[in-house]
Amino acid sequence: MIEALFQSMLRIRMVEEEIARRYPEQQMRCPVHLSIGQEATAAAIGLALRPQDIAVSTHRSHAHYLGKGGDLNAMIAELYGKASGCCGGRGGSMHLSDERAGFLASTAIVGNSIPLGVGVALQQQLSGVDTISCVFLGDGATEEGVFYESANFAALRKLPVLFVCENNLYSVYSPLSKRQPDTRSLCSVAESLGLSARRLDGNDALAMFDEAAQAVASLRAGEGPVFLECMTYRWREHCGPHFDDELGYRPQGELAAWQGRDPLDTLLQRMGVGMAYRAAVAAPIAEEIASAFAAAEAAPFPLENSVFDGIYRMECAS
Amino acid sequence: MSRDPTINAAAAINEALHQAMAQDERVICLGLGVDDPKAIFNTTAGLQQRFGAARVFDTPTSENAMTGIAIGAALAGARPVMCHQRLDFFLLALDQLVNNAAKWHYTFGRSVPLTIRLIMGRGWGQGPTHSQNLQAWFAHVPGLKVVMPSCAADAKGLLLSSIFDDDPVVFLEHRWLHFAQGAVPEEDIRLPLGKAAVRREGDAVTIVAASYMVVEALHACRALETAGIECELIDLRTIKPLDWDTVLASVRRTGRLLALDTGAATGSVAGEIVARVAMDCWGALKAAPMRLALPDCPEPTSYALTRRFYPGAEEIVAHIGRMLGLTRLPLEHLPERHVHHDVPGSWFSGPF
Repeated sequence: MIEALFQSMLRIRMVEEEIARRYPEQQMRCPVHLSIGQEATAAAIGLALRPQDIAVSTHRSHAHYLGKGGDLNAMIAELYGKASGCCGGRGGSMHLSDERAGFLASTAIVGNSIPLGVGVALQQQLSGVDTISCVFLGDGATEEGVFYESANFAALRKLPVLFVCENNLYSVYSPLSKRQPDTRSLCSVAESLGLSARRLDGNDALAMFDEAAQAVASLRAGEGPVFLECMTYRWREHCGPHFDDELGYRPQGELAAWQGRDPLDTLLQRMGVGMAYRAAVAAPIAEEIASAFAAAEAAPFPLENSVFDGIYRMECAS
Repeated sequence: MSRDPTINAAAAINEALHQAMAQDERVICLGLGVDDPKAIFNTTAGLQQRFGAARVFDTPTSENAMTGIAIGAALAGARPVMCHQRLDFFLLALDQLVNNAAKWHYTFGRSVPLTIRLIMGRGWGQGPTHSQNLQAWFAHVPGLKVVMPSCAADAKGLLLSSIFDDDPVVFLEHRWLHFAQGAVPEEDIRLPLGKAAVRREGDAVTIVAASYMVVEALHACRALETAGIECELIDLRTIKPLDWDTVLASVRRTGRLLALDTGAATGSVAGEIVARVAMDCWGALKAAPMRLALPDCPEPTSYALTRRFYPGAEEIVAHIGRMLGLTRLPLEHLPERHVHHDVPGSWFSGPF
């Protein structure tokens, strides 16, 4: 398991870094929200879930999609706006989907996919299956009314929902301290709404995997919704490929401190292995990534005259 | 066991829900009050007793999340029918409707078979926030279907089609039409979405209406008939997608258009119809197209302030008279007005 965790995290890191490296080529013509620094949550949760479990996510969803087993080629092609993209080029980076991997969708409005995941759980409960639903959200989304509404309903019906809140301390440039009172934690809010809540070190993949596995087991046993607050940090800018610490919206030294707690290094140390191990794991990933980008670049765009297709599933008579 | 062949639209809606749920176990029915003693004006009566609390359930007062939850359930295999006692309450859920339900098939290629029933109030002091007719907002959003029945049989046939349609449908019920009696077939009837009904044929003027304005237009047509004027009355039934073929063919024949709307004039569906007719039928027009809609003003509550607020059959006759240059309007052939303007009939004693 620990090897799989590391492989998944490293793959996410390397995909994101390649996107960042190639973004200035201006071929990925859509916003990108990178997850560099936040890989541990996606990898741990992705491995704790079964492919049949359904996940939904946010604008910053590359890691969640990949961690859940989403197809890399289809994701990169989607960023390039190509017909072979997971949405045929209609969604871009903020609308990823891979039904076979149980990644229902990411959507681009803060908080907007939370009730979708709860609705999936409602249908799972109604149809008596033992799959669960996983809702990835950020700290900013806990300020949206829809979070309270959705959590309330999940608690009311004891739905099998795993809320995974990545608290990276910032909503774009706005720190949590300007947005929520420091006398109150996200977990205490979640608890008071009726969710079973735990705060975790979001950069400790192994500990998170253990917690997630327990949570998933309790969800399958019908014990009601769980909220995991994963403390982590976004290294790069909110949207785009660059570092932006020079803007001064984060205290000096904060980024460096979090980089010192790199989730990949943390796990390597735990495994008692070094850079040679990392390089060995990286080699096939690098090939896979190069091939995905080459395929995306070579792939055709969707036909221009297909732009109006599929507005409806069922066209009307007239 | 057979029932009276004539029932009102609320009963027709109830019958449609019963038949849909009996036919397909994926149909679920949710909304604030669906299982309460009033059963959303009796439209959801008996559903929970017959189909169980798992499929028919009351919800928290959380319009936005519950809409998203219904979308999520639809994506996972359900066919939800959401019920809201007023359209105005549903405005909190526009994020889920517009950003998710409407876009999902286009973006992700998966259908969202969701029906959202919204009731639009009128009269008895419903006031600024319980009587809005915002159908144009919904019609503006690509990916939604917007249905507005005008009578009991259509309410049943269009609701069944909406529930079994694979796209998100906003189903708009005018509160006054819940009381409208009509012959409604007992069996499962389906009326095609996107197809208008020609209620009366005529050559003088094309009147295009939907929902409650069809009722007022029918009165106007009957009165005008006594003066030898035959109007063609098109009941849109669905305002998105709109049956342009029927509307434009009729206007090309009559050369005149009066578009009616239950909503405020600016940005209305009636305005869209006038625009399209002016662009596509210019050469066939014998008079400038007209529209008759509500004033661009919130609906007041006071009995006095609402007295002249809603255009009806009289105004329709007057508009057509102006369009045709009539010197005398056959107003005496309109049904006698009941004493109070703010109720659907003298039998009504409030509140809604």
